Amino acid sequence: MTVRRLRIQCPHCGVRAIEEFLHGEIPTIPERVVDPDARDLDRAFMHTNAEGLVTERWFHAMGCRRWLTLTRDTRTNDIPERTTSYPPS
Amino acid sequence: MNEFVERLVDLRWPDHVRPSYDVVIIGGGGHGLATAYYLATRHGITNVAVIEKGYIGSGNSGRNTTIIRANYGIPEAVRFYQHSLEMYGQLEQETGRDLMHATKGLLWIAHSEAGVRQERARAEINTAFGSRTEYVDVKTISEICPQLDMTGQGVWPIYGASYHPAGASARHDRVVWAYAEGAMRLGVHVHQRTTVTGFLRDGDRVTGVQTTAGPIGGGLVVSAVGGHVTTLASMVGLRLPIRTHQLQAFVTNRYAQAFGPIVASSGLGVYVSQTAKGEMLVGAEVDRAPAYAYDSGHSFLRSCAFRSIALLPFLRDLRVLRQWTGVCDMSTDYSPVMGFTGVPNLLVTTGWGTWGFKAIPAGGEQMAALIATGRTPPLIAPFALERFANDRTMADRGSAGTH
Repeated sequence: MTVRRLRIQCPHCGVRAIEEFLHGEIPTIPERVVDPDARDLDRAFMHTNAEGLVTERWFHAMGCRRWLTLTRDTRTNDIPERTTSYPPS
Repeated sequence: MNEFVERLVDLRWPDHVRPSYDVVIIGGGGHGLATAYYLATRHGITNVAVIEKGYIGSGNSGRNTTIIRANYGIPEAVRFYQHSLEMYGQLEQETGRDLMHATKGLLWIAHSEAGVRQERARAEINTAFGSRTEYVDVKTISEICPQLDMTGQGVWPIYGASYHPAGASARHDRVVWAYAEGAMRLGVHVHQRTTVTGFLRDGDRVTGVQTTAGPIGGGLVVSAVGGHVTTLASMVGLRLPIRTHQLQAFVTNRYAQAFGPIVASSGLGVYVSQTAKGEMLVGAEVDRAPAYAYDSGHSFLRSCAFRSIALLPFLRDLRVLRQWTGVCDMSTDYSPVMGFTGVPNLLVTTGWGTWGFKAIPAGGEQMAALIATGRTPPLIAPFALERFANDRTMADRGSAGTH
């Protein structure tokens, strides 16, 4: 059994436990979906649910209360170093 | 290995892979094997392959908390799960195997006035659509489950509950083995340690699967995959309303007293039952961020233990024996997705996030009927993928117990 100790490097607060953060998704709709109705359907209900590296947003709810962007591997929950950043304003 | 287990395992593995089958089912878990079983037993379709990446039941069929119930919040779901619950009641007789099926009764506890309204509504809608659930007051609750702390440690007071007498549990591995055995006896091929790596296509049509054991043709291909269904679907450009989340659970050492019912609380996000061995089985909600990992965390243990002790103080004196993680396919509207996909010859049965084990008999039976007849049976028609495009979502978040 692998015991998980997930931490996120917050640009403002430093390395903090993942429980302090709330997860936010960056929705992605494939460009090949061109029909407006299909895009609406996709936006409302469908998920890419990528198996591998995803870029996503986390909100430091119990810290600086700012959003950050990071890359995470959904297969392992690994967060490669130096991937966290604030978004460009 | 005792006599019982030896008697149980009579699995006739195939010695070769045919170049093609009438039906290829991806995923050797409960749903995939039940579909194969009902195809063989009810419809005489035995030229069927079940392709499993690991060993049968190694995914979520072996990682769930084995609870069987029908106390859902929308009519379509109550009918479907009630049918499944009744099939579970007959399954030991049908398969001739002891599945350790035990009817325990399920208490779903309300800690607030909003919770009371929800449990009252659940009782009404269950009764109206063919299941049985009643709203019970505090006095009845403590008669059903004397171990409950009615004050909830002063923080989570118990105001009432809905009681679902038919709530049951069964041994998940044995359900998987019983279906596999029944299907294989009639000639279904189950190929373990075989991974599907892609689809064979003829234009839009799916004509089979590419696997680590070579290409396998299929008249119809059914995805009964748990966890990786969106990855599989993306190989044919299909988008699904599914996100995959980890769900963790643990069992304690043996509790020396009998603990009768299954106890669930949406407010606290935990559910507790006792296994046949006497261990207390505690499950929780899914982790928020989508992930496919099977790792477990200490923070889950800490928060889940804290919340379950608020309900059942005796748990404080027990020790955590083991802990595990499964990955749940959570659909956008918290209901399963079954049937046609829009891609010719490709069917799915998915979205079994936290309600898949209890649905195995009915899900398998209905998918088999759909495959055999080419028409969607009325019981699962509301759960078709096209419901999202038709603005007919089956929103039932309050019945997931684990979101």
